[in-house]
Amino acid sequence: MAYFQYDCIVVGAGGAGLMAALYASRSASTAVLSKLYPTRSHTGAAQGGIGAALGNVEEDHWEWHMYDTIKGSDYLGDQDAIEVLCREAIDVVIELEHMGLPFDRTPEGKIAQRNFGGHTRNYGEAPVKRACHAADRTGHMILQTLYQQCIKNHVTFFDEFQVLDLIVEDGVCKGCIAYEIATGEIHTFHAKAVMLATGGWGKCWSVTSNAFTLTGDGAAICLRNGIPLEDMEFYQFHPTGIYKLGILITEGVRGEGGVLRNNLGERFMERYAPTLKDLASRDVVSRAIYLEIREGRGIDGKEYVHLDATHLGREVIEKKLPEIADFVRTYLGLDPVTQPMPVQPTAHYAMGGIPTDVDARVIVDAQNTPVYGLYAAGEVACVSVHGANRLGTNSLVDLVVFGRRGGRHMAAFANEIDLQPIQDRDREKRVRDQLERLLSGTGKEKVATLRKEMQKIMMDNVSVFRTGEGLQEAVDKLRELKERYQHISVEDKGKQFNQDLMEAVELGNLLDIAEATALSALNRTESRGAHSREDYPERDDKNWLKHTLIRRQEDGSYCFDYKPVVITKFQPAERKY
Amino acid sequence: MEVTVRIKRYDPEKDGEPWWGEYKVEVDETDRVLDALHYIKWYQDGTLTFRRSCGHGICGSDAMRINGYNRLACKVLIRDVAPVITVEPLLGLPVIKDLVVDMEPFFAHYRAVMPWLINDEPPPPRERLQSPEERELFDDTTKCILCAACTTSCPAFWLRGEYVGPAAIVQAHRFIFDSRDRGAVQRLEILNAPDGVWRCRTIFNCTNACPREIEITKAIAEVKKALIFSRL
Ligand SMILES: Cc1cc2nc3c(=O)[nH]c(=O)nc-3n(C[C@H](O)[C@H](O)[C@H](O)COP(=O)(O)OP(=O)(O)OC[C@H]3O[C@@H](n4cnc5c(N)ncnc54)[C@H](O)[C@@H]3O)c2cc1C
Ligand code: FES
Repeated sequence: MAYFQYDCIVVGAGGAGLMAALYASRSASTAVLSKLYPTRSHTGAAQGGIGAALGNVEEDHWEWHMYDTIKGSDYLGDQDAIEVLCREAIDVVIELEHMGLPFDRTPEGKIAQRNFGGHTRNYGEAPVKRACHAADRTGHMILQTLYQQCIKNHVTFFDEFQVLDLIVEDGVCKGCIAYEIATGEIHTFHAKAVMLATGGWGKCWSVTSNAFTLTGDGAAICLRNGIPLEDMEFYQFHPTGIYKLGILITEGVRGEGGVLRNNLGERFMERYAPTLKDLASRDVVSRAIYLEIREGRGIDGKEYVHLDATHLGREVIEKKLPEIADFVRTYLGLDPVTQPMPVQPTAHYAMGGIPTDVDARVIVDAQNTPVYGLYAAGEVACVSVHGANRLGTNSLVDLVVFGRRGGRHMAAFANEIDLQPIQDRDREKRVRDQLERLLSGTGKEKVATLRKEMQKIMMDNVSVFRTGEGLQEAVDKLRELKERYQHISVEDKGKQFNQDLMEAVELGNLLDIAEATALSALNRTESRGAHSREDYPERDDKNWLKHTLIRRQEDGSYCFDYKPVVITKFQPAERKY
Repeated sequence: MEVTVRIKRYDPEKDGEPWWGEYKVEVDETDRVLDALHYIKWYQDGTLTFRRSCGHGICGSDAMRINGYNRLACKVLIRDVAPVITVEPLLGLPVIKDLVVDMEPFFAHYRAVMPWLINDEPPPPRERLQSPEERELFDDTTKCILCAACTTSCPAFWLRGEYVGPAAIVQAHRFIFDSRDRGAVQRLEILNAPDGVWRCRTIFNCTNACPREIEITKAIAEVKKALIFSRL
């Protein structure tokens, strides 16, 4: 039980959190709280690349990048924010290089770039080389480089501190409450500004590319504090996860020339996307795989297709895709140089999240009313630059562009205002009581069982294709699970390193997020980007060209609100690849 | 198939001494050891404690001793270690609880070699240029995920915790051989100290332990060579 005071608190030490901390710490006292050691963050798992129109290999322009991102978003992305993303991408990638990031190089010594899904030249003509990469471990290099810079600049870290609640009073965020995993103590962090950079929530689903620790903590905490979540119905399934395991096989494989094949050996993407084929955007490719499987063309009648890279040759695979080769060899005992890889869509990325403006300030309504002192960046945030479907390589850009803007803004904000006193003295106690309740629970329900049931219903009913009926069933099931969650018991009663207890807390977060996702999906009666309703197969711009805001009310029920899409340069058009 | 997992357990709040827990689990031979640990934690004994995150060998959370060798639990398949799997915490770092060790001494060594790009020259408006050949020189050592499998497999480190250890040398190597870096002299000086690179006896445990297949002993040799060369 201690009390800490900083100008700025950053929660999360992935790409977004570290970038924000680096910038905020330049002019304000800053601490980073992370439930993992920073270098364990899932940004390190990102493989393929970071998108920026550097034009190092062939002609490219940020306007083209902007167009591709908008089209990829199925016109739901906010175009003012997307413009910021694509313009600043160039300069932020150069900045990462200056920080020491070891990008691969072109023969002239410039940053190397490759093709990626949905990225095109001249407004959709043909694929363009825009993904800056360091083999297939780009995220690892970004995470390491940013952490190195933080160490160099003496940023203060509280490693293995799990944030359990925010302190928000009268529309002002004044800090957060954290659990020190090593000791089981609960601490209050009093601050002028707090940024949530806690990453995604792939663990809502059974097959996912996400880490065990991606449990949507930041988003769930907002929901419980009456802050709405935006566009939760848009969750991306990446087309190529390793069959059953969900481990990601980067789109870079297709960027280098790999193709998808069904049980007839047919390159089926030619039928679904005649121009970009295997490099069409992810929602399109994931749906195509589901349809192939549904029509009996999965391999051996099972729920997977083949990703074939055998024609690329050993040199390309070992040099440009070494991690992938290692995964496939380790987990499947297959050699991608000579054998195709079994893949299925895997739960991957949250387009939705905590609503923010382009300075990462959290906003609560269509009028962009901010919660003073509260920021969010990275996967947990929804700016919205990804709209209904994110393009590959655009998340890593999002992390560093908006992490940087948020870091700058929060430090400037903190330097302008005085520390606001915390009125409610009982917050810490309430958090402690909640943990005590979990610890003293004697119910029969087990965390692992509930989590598995949640993941199954989400995979079955809230994944690539959805129906009103299936979504309603999911909502009912999730309510049942939430009720049963009241009767769980935690076996470990200790104080030190009680991960059993933290997993129980995380399940509570996952259930809240899953419910908000299913409800938002049920509410949106159209198909757009990653949200495909079989009962409403068309995009409906007349009624649905708007963002969803879902908010939890005091009594636990939910209400919806909407926010217009910002359209500046590109009018919504039919989307063909 | 059924396997027996023997785990060295220790809870500082309950146990005076570490003890061996034995668990029987039903797993597939292609499951990871991490899956077996999860199965035990989730369905048999919730108090079992270990770190993990990514589940596929990229975050470095779950290095531990499996059948006597330092491995990532998420990168070892059951079929390669069955039917009796012995799991212990890493050696040479204080145990906090079960398989969780205190990583702070390890990270202190990491920080000691100044693991960041040192270059005070004003950067060009675009990227600094570096040829693919220059980039290749330090490619291997950029792969490190700081899991500590190497350092905690090294007899020189077990003997003397002050030794910076292979992981820190790998990190130093990554910068010393980067054409953009200007801090080689400082780093080499640090590694030339009594607890620096000369404690390495070329035993190769580190190279065998590295889950990223970094040729650590070779990297250490290159640093030693740079030291000898820079002294001439
Ligand atoms: C396998 C894979 C490959 C990918 N490849 C690419 C790619 O090639 N290009 C691309 O653009 N995108 C890619 N993505 C997406 C991208 O990597 C992620 O969206 C991004 O890294 C998320 O970064 P983040 O900083 O938001 O969060 P993360 O890196 O996930 O970090 C979250 C942080 O929050 C902390 N945290 C969480 N909860 C709490 C809490 N309660 N208290 C305290 N701390 C907490 C964690 O400790 C962690 O430090 C990929 C994603 C995956 C899964
Ligand atoms: S869990 Fe990440 S390396 Fe094993």
